[in-house]
Amino acid sequence: MSVLEAIFYLFATVLVVSAFMVITARNPVHSVLFLVLSFFNGAALFILAGAEFLGFTLILVYVGAVMVLFLFVLMMLDINLQRMREGILNYLPIGAAIAFVLVVEMAMALSAGGGGEPVATAGAALGDGEAGNTTLLGRVLYSVYLLPFEVAALVLLVALIAAIALTLRSRPETKYQVPGQQVQVRRGDRVRLVDMPSEKRPSTGGDDSSAES
Amino acid sequence: MIPLSNYLVLGAILFSIGVMGIFLNRKNVITILMAIELILLAVNINFIAFSQHLGNLAGQVFVFFILTVAAAEAAVGLAILVLFFRNKRSIDVDDINSLNG
Repeated sequence: MSVLEAIFYLFATVLVVSAFMVITARNPVHSVLFLVLSFFNGAALFILAGAEFLGFTLILVYVGAVMVLFLFVLMMLDINLQRMREGILNYLPIGAAIAFVLVVEMAMALSAGGGGEPVATAGAALGDGEAGNTTLLGRVLYSVYLLPFEVAALVLLVALIAAIALTLRSRPETKYQVPGQQVQVRRGDRVRLVDMPSEKRPSTGGDDSSAES
Repeated sequence: MIPLSNYLVLGAILFSIGVMGIFLNRKNVITILMAIELILLAVNINFIAFSQHLGNLAGQVFVFFILTVAAAEAAVGLAILVLFFRNKRSIDVDDINSLNG
């Protein structure tokens, strides 16, 4: 076994174990943290397979943004853990059976295909090392896949607006500023000048001394 | 260089764990969302492995788009989850039955 394979098996083992802990952890916060661990290992496997840009993107986007979003939502919600855990053993047999069937089917499909020679395919080829993975991906992304790239940006915009529109709520008891009315206000609305004669100074001296002391 | 079959077996195992997670956690919507993320990670590993195996960059471009769509899906899913919790005070799957006929 070469060093590269040893590294692969290390990361793959940690990935499978942490993925299993994601679905079996008792506390949802723990399962989010295990999901972070499995994404880190997945990113390492991406880098091992020569996709450095996507590996780092996985860490930045998933661990940095999506998993933090999961954590925020989990901590915002007041979840009853006891009620959530009940009934997990009822579904264990059917879940395990379906997972077993899936693994067997995929293993059969893999063994039936055989390990033939790589098929020569059309499309952008991986470089021979003269340019990095990021450079190659950028060249393809901004030329061949330009339209899908723009559509992906549009998908993100739609998701952004949808998430805001779903969670935005107006509370009647909250007071808001209305900038238009603030700008339109006149001096006459706020200040009232009254004309009144000046008061006479009180003649007793005791009041003055007590006010000064 | 790691052979293709290693990556494919790993992807199959990860996919099955994700599907098993959906079946196991019938109570918690947020765990189901995490299981979907696991399934997408398995798909991405397969794409990257084939991209390396065939020497073709298209697989990596697809992984890029899958990451985009998955991020959008997680954002909208969590927004729906927050909205649901605000209305029902629970994120139990069994409580999501308002659309029952």
